Amino acid sequence: MFYREAGQFKTSYSADQAIFPISQDKYFILGILAIAFFIIPFFINDYWANAILIHFLVYALAAIGLNFLTGYCGQLSLGTGGFMAVGAYTTYKLSTSFPELNLIFIVLLSGGATALVGIFFGIPSLRIKGFYLAVATLASQFFLVWVFNKFGWFFNYSPTGMIVAPPREIFGYQITGPEATPAVRYLFCLSIVTISALAAKNIIRGRIGRNWMAIRDMDIAAELIGIRPLEAKLSAFAVSSFYIGMAGSLYFAVWLGTAEPTEAFDILQSFFVLFIIIIGGLGSILGSFLGAAFMVITPIMLKVLMVDNLNFDPSSAKHIELMILGALIIFFLIAEPHGLAKLWTIIKEKLRRWPFPY
Amino acid sequence: MLFFLETVVSGLMAGVMYSLVALGFVLIFKASGVFNFAQGVFALFAGLALYDFISEDGWVNHLFGFSLPIWLGIIATMGVMIIVAWLVERLVLRHLVNQEPIILFMSTIGLAYFMEGLGDTLFGSDVKPLDIGLPSGAVDFLLDNFDFYVEKLEIVAAIVAAGLVIILAIFFQKTRIGRALRAVADDHQAALSVGISLRTIWIIVWSVSGFVALVAGIMWGSKSGIQFSLSLIALKALPVLILGGFTSVPGAIIGGLIIGVGEKVAEIYAGPYIGGAIENWFAYMLALIFLLVRPQGLFGEKIIERV
Repeated sequence: MFYREAGQFKTSYSADQAIFPISQDKYFILGILAIAFFIIPFFINDYWANAILIHFLVYALAAIGLNFLTGYCGQLSLGTGGFMAVGAYTTYKLSTSFPELNLIFIVLLSGGATALVGIFFGIPSLRIKGFYLAVATLASQFFLVWVFNKFGWFFNYSPTGMIVAPPREIFGYQITGPEATPAVRYLFCLSIVTISALAAKNIIRGRIGRNWMAIRDMDIAAELIGIRPLEAKLSAFAVSSFYIGMAGSLYFAVWLGTAEPTEAFDILQSFFVLFIIIIGGLGSILGSFLGAAFMVITPIMLKVLMVDNLNFDPSSAKHIELMILGALIIFFLIAEPHGLAKLWTIIKEKLRRWPFPY
Repeated sequence: MLFFLETVVSGLMAGVMYSLVALGFVLIFKASGVFNFAQGVFALFAGLALYDFISEDGWVNHLFGFSLPIWLGIIATMGVMIIVAWLVERLVLRHLVNQEPIILFMSTIGLAYFMEGLGDTLFGSDVKPLDIGLPSGAVDFLLDNFDFYVEKLEIVAAIVAAGLVIILAIFFQKTRIGRALRAVADDHQAALSVGISLRTIWIIVWSVSGFVALVAGIMWGSKSGIQFSLSLIALKALPVLILGGFTSVPGAIIGGLIIGVGEKVAEIYAGPYIGGAIENWFAYMLALIFLLVRPQGLFGEKIIERV
């Protein structure tokens, strides 16, 4: 009923290969983007920007990155926090060393630097598989955080070891630093995430993405049909780290403004992003967004419910929140192991048949 | 030379502690193919439960006006861990049969979150000193005669670990249940077809690893108090595991010793040159380099892939 594609004929290959072949999907997404770009900025305030929207966008970007590696290429990684740290520290070094450099370039270069680091730490994946690889990527997590903690050059020898994003502007609008308005910061993140998501969708549909999926499904078979594992795996690490590096850059420069390696980029970050893609759905760009929304909003809702409405004291509310989150994760894995993205396709299928299921 | 020996011995002792946690991982991985991230939280949970059974300001004392003697407390905690194992099988594992390993892994992280929150809610989150009468301080004999510093508690831990391994070995080799466990580890299908109940086996193996977690919890708790950071030793056990191989009990022990010694020696002899505090990542790097040579770990089964 709501989701009928009858009468939508495709008359060319390009129409058949479009990202959203069904017009309902297309208009739905365009509508959401229009609301996000043209309506939300007028109503946004500091709390919404910091606690929910920018928070969500940053993690969605990181989740897309990890999804390349884990969801599409099948390489389990627990080093996300470390890679985000690389992005953040590159941003800091670049923006303090070259004050006139445009922030967009800084974000892109941070991604690039992280990609190089990612390739380096991806080399073991050529020989190690599965959980062994997961533990190997933990090495990068702990090593990178240690490096940023230990060597003063990375935080310009500031006595506290903290890094603080210097104020930078694009087109006369301040993006980072204390005076930036929430609307501008939100729009900056939103633009980067939108473009990245579009690029991601196309990478996945192209040759490189299909190579990754072949490697994920069975690497020996992929090798036999002529896919080079070295190329495919390292490119997955590179692209994935590029996205995660950009996410780390936004995380530090736009969202938090200050960061300190042991707290901001610890192992829990890595797990958090991994949760996002598992809850959202492995191997799905939409899933990255749904998972990020779920993981960002649930704790906030629980907190609002328990602390503000039921008057729990904050520390026990924190523990109960942890419990509920753990239980929800298990529940979701049992109910739908393929994540929210799969749930969405099931709903679409139902809507299509409604009101006459047969 | 003496200092070097001291370093090595203290490394060995730290390694024993890691091995205790790694053992629990190996048991579960062998029997059910689940990579149980919650093992560290199990140790924390067991420690907290034990504390509440036996100490002055525990729950039992508050509710009934007396606290249990230590041996009864340990048995009661074991009961708690068996209930936990049963619940885990009943509520989580049973519904996730045949899912991919990563899904099972994530569910154990969810379990870790849940049990950590539950433990904190039930027992409170402050550091609790666990004292079940294990000796502490340096071994006087060695300190007086050879000027050699070893903690008594660490010796006890080593003896307990050795005893634990022997008990487990006997359990696995000689008892009926142990043989069934090995059969399940070998081949789920074949084990099912000769009439071994997978579910019972899973409950048993999770209980056994709960027992190992209890021992680890007691040891770590006596050493540095029962606190949240106990759940993070699971992370320390991971390099131990990949070094020794996921499926090998001796591997867990020897891997633990190698990591413990390597860590301490590297920290003291190489640390100062590159900035110190390398203990955090050294174990992982060691394991990583090791894996490049032997992808299945020291004693792991060789990974054979077929198309």
